[in-house]
Amino acid sequence: MNQYTERIYNGMIKENPCLVLMLGMCPTLAVTTSAINGLGMGLSTLAVLICSNLVISLMRNIIPDQVRLPAYIVIVATLVTVVDLLMQAYVPNLYSALGIYIPLIVVNCIILGRAEAYAAKHPPLLSTLDGLGMGAGFTAALTLIGLAREFLGAGSVFGHAVLPKSVEPIGIFVKAPGAFLIIAIIIAVMNAVGIASEANKKVEGCNGCCTSCADLTSCTSEKKEVAQR
Amino acid sequence: MSNTSLILIIITTALVNNVVLSQFLGICSFLGVSRQIKTSASLGAAVIFVITISSAVANLLYTYLLVPLQLEYLETIVFILVIAALVQMVEMFLKKTSPAIYKALGIYLPLITTNCAVLGVALTNVQNEYNFVQSVVAGFGTAVGYTIAIVLLAGIRERIDESDIPAPFRGAPVVLLSAALMSIAFMGFSGLAL
Repeated sequence: MNQYTERIYNGMIKENPCLVLMLGMCPTLAVTTSAINGLGMGLSTLAVLICSNLVISLMRNIIPDQVRLPAYIVIVATLVTVVDLLMQAYVPNLYSALGIYIPLIVVNCIILGRAEAYAAKHPPLLSTLDGLGMGAGFTAALTLIGLAREFLGAGSVFGHAVLPKSVEPIGIFVKAPGAFLIIAIIIAVMNAVGIASEANKKVEGCNGCCTSCADLTSCTSEKKEVAQR
Repeated sequence: MSNTSLILIIITTALVNNVVLSQFLGICSFLGVSRQIKTSASLGAAVIFVITISSAVANLLYTYLLVPLQLEYLETIVFILVIAALVQMVEMFLKKTSPAIYKALGIYLPLITTNCAVLGVALTNVQNEYNFVQSVVAGFGTAVGYTIAIVLLAGIRERIDESDIPAPFRGAPVVLLSAALMSIAFMGFSGLAL
């Protein structure tokens, strides 16, 4: 496997951002009420991720190190605004279903995380493929979770009813608690079959995506603070 | 504007549409910093502080800068930059003026920049066309809802730590299951006749 296909494999399977690295939990939980919403959210994030990785990689020698995070945020926010306007114009139904979570792609940790961890240090083509792999992995995970929730909660697949009318779907799965339930079950299954996931580290504190990508110093100081008590 | 509508906004944002348990914003810190009641209460206090101030600033900027210039579509970029700058300023201000508060909240402030709840509130306020007072109240209510949720979860987790859980469910799954049960409980508030 050469380094290019390795990037795709890495993003989709080995370091799947959603199920293995546990990044971007907010959209994962929020928009997966149906498979089509999960797919839509995944694809919009994929588009932003590919472009942001490419742009940041091209500019990696220009951006001064001290102001790199604000610079990344401006780049990502610009791209998100572009995607936001495009979706508003061409897919209004999906746009209104995803609502506030489209602008919130800006604070999706996967994007800043990949910018900081990969795109800032690697050439444009590899960075673009890294974005493609990570984005595809995120899309696949969101679609699968959406599929499971839609099937259990509404008895349909991609909006087509598949269960006979006599079977009552378990409505709670398309409501808020269902999101937590499904993710809890997925991680429990992964634990049971021994797939290493960052999830368990995350709840121990200080490995949450917000901490890892934005500000590592505050994280270590928090650990010290906790240790002192 | 009557007082009842403001109380209504607080109840809606804090309980009915709880930011964590029904809107899924700020999940990272909700799961990550909820091991102990004490730390999660401090984080909650910092979040209340930052969200209330940032909703005020975001509202002023939107009404007096973006709308007159017809640049509403730049709201995402402007808000995220303002929030990041604001958190920095709050941190520096607290460091100089009240070291006691800084000591309690300081370490949490940088974490809040990337907390999607802050940006989420600013954007929702614009969507709901809230005026200045309503925005501040909605921001405050949302942050109180966040604090309630994270402190409750921390309380549950302090108990869970001492119980015997089946191996695959140890760690993240049991925390998520607790959150699911809390979320079911909070669904009860949506039955309130408001």
